[in-house]
Amino acid sequence: MEALWLSMKLAACVAAILLLIGMPVAYWLAYSKWRGKFLLESLVALPLVLPPTVLGFYALVAMGPRGPLGKLWIALFGHGLAFTFGGLILASVLYSFPFAVQPLIASFEGVDRKLLDASAVLGAGGLRTFWRVILPLSLPGVVTAAVLSFAHTLGEFGVVLMVGGNLAGVTRTVSIDIYDHVQSLEYGAANRMALALLAISFAVLSVVYAVNRRVWTPWPAK
Amino acid sequence: MDAVAGEVNAPLLTARIRKERRSAGASSFVLDVRIEVSSGITILFGASGAGKSTLLDCIAGLSRPDEGRIAAGGDVLFDSARGINVPAPKRRAAYVFQTLALFPHLSAEENVSYGLMDSPEEERQKRVEAILKAFRVEKLRKQRPGEISGGEKQRIALARSLVTEPRVLLLDEPLTGLDAELKAAIVDDLRAWNAAKRIPILYVTHSREEVDALGERVIALENGIVVSAGAPMDVLDAPRRKKLAQAAGFENLLSATVLDLREPDGVMRVRLGESACEIEVPLGYAAAGSRVQVAVRAGDILLATERPHGLSARNVMEGRIVSLEQRGTMVIARVDCGVTFVAHVTPGAVRTLELTPGRRVWLVLKTHSCHLVE
Repeated sequence: MEALWLSMKLAACVAAILLLIGMPVAYWLAYSKWRGKFLLESLVALPLVLPPTVLGFYALVAMGPRGPLGKLWIALFGHGLAFTFGGLILASVLYSFPFAVQPLIASFEGVDRKLLDASAVLGAGGLRTFWRVILPLSLPGVVTAAVLSFAHTLGEFGVVLMVGGNLAGVTRTVSIDIYDHVQSLEYGAANRMALALLAISFAVLSVVYAVNRRVWTPWPAK
Repeated sequence: MDAVAGEVNAPLLTARIRKERRSAGASSFVLDVRIEVSSGITILFGASGAGKSTLLDCIAGLSRPDEGRIAAGGDVLFDSARGINVPAPKRRAAYVFQTLALFPHLSAEENVSYGLMDSPEEERQKRVEAILKAFRVEKLRKQRPGEISGGEKQRIALARSLVTEPRVLLLDEPLTGLDAELKAAIVDDLRAWNAAKRIPILYVTHSREEVDALGERVIALENGIVVSAGAPMDVLDAPRRKKLAQAAGFENLLSATVLDLREPDGVMRVRLGESACEIEVPLGYAAAGSRVQVAVRAGDILLATERPHGLSARNVMEGRIVSLEQRGTMVIARVDCGVTFVAHVTPGAVRTLELTPGRRVWLVLKTHSCHLVE
């Protein structure tokens, strides 16, 4: 169960960080009129098409003692980033980025532009408009972004294996634990873990669909 | 062209705006106007696409003119020559959109207090309270826009804009879809509120009825330029420009030759086009033999299936129905009397009178329904 707890902790940290970073990025991608914005859009979507091992490989190289990130980390904290929980978070944030950003972009773009104009002529600047109008009206998108990045991080395997390795209590997440159990022919233990992951994933996705189907709504539709 | 609306009050809003808008195709649109607006309601009238909303967007700061100068209440909001462009949130230009754009997740009260976020709590409550009362929506304070009827939403949108004590109020067809009575009631409340504040109100509409109901002053916009300005009667009832006449609801625009003037009766007889059709129209500045344009609203023409007798109307013309075309609850009849007239009749009248294409009919037209166009 240590592995499951570690996975949950990792997924929660990643989801929280992704919401923080994802919101400004999604805001910019939703509202910027810059013509070259497709480049950033492609970059954000990249983890969707790359094999996790490719991403994991580059993350590992960057985090290694000779990589730029690794060097910086060692200078700051005195230890490397690869094969640590911090390294795992960093790689997972990269890997789950589109799962947070894309629902946010979709819901920001879905907010009626006239409401933003109305907010502006009523004296609200960009930040206030974001907090008082865009964010409350994008709540389903925010929930979707949080839940999807959580769930996606929970189930990842390739990136974790590349960057984190398999250290009990530090980087051994559920999916790697299951793989370990299967390798040692402990099917019972593998099944318990797999079943737990299945149940959690289903519950989490149910939340996303319920929010988007407006099963619970914070305000009545128009 | 310059447009000066209202000479009594000094202008509180002046705008000289030039803005080119390139659409995807080759067609581009240029807004090039100069307007002065004094306190009270000034109507900005024109067909859709005339540039009314673009003009309001420029004044509000939502759209940036290519060049020009906008000043309100003594403050310069935009000046391309001096590089001044006050951002929309700092302009204090209230704007009610056609869609109203009430925040769906906030209650009526929260919507109204939205623009007062920087005021102290106590003052905010006092002002919200007062304006909800002035617009008679104090009972709806806890409701969300989704639970409120059309007319009340419009009242809340007005209250939300005005509670901030703006320099100007911009209204983009805010009362569309309301019946005349409700519209009049809301406008009365708006006038009552503005009696004390005396800010300039620019009211955009393409509805002739609203001009008649509201108009103190009218600025008529067409293809991005001001074509006339002044009192509604001057701007619209003697339409100077063909397109404007059509926008104002004059479906019939006929060229005619003046036959003779009957000054004691205040009328003159004209012959329509090259036809033998002669009608009597109000006396205008024209000499016998000169060419004039006569504008007639389709709704001002009566149709009869027999030659009518004993009418006060002076113009009765015989003709044949060319076509009947149903548009919603109205039938557009084209009648050939030598020149073709367009008349509006109800579907019921078409049935009762058994109107069909080819049928012989008489058109009845009051002298004063014929408007002379310069």
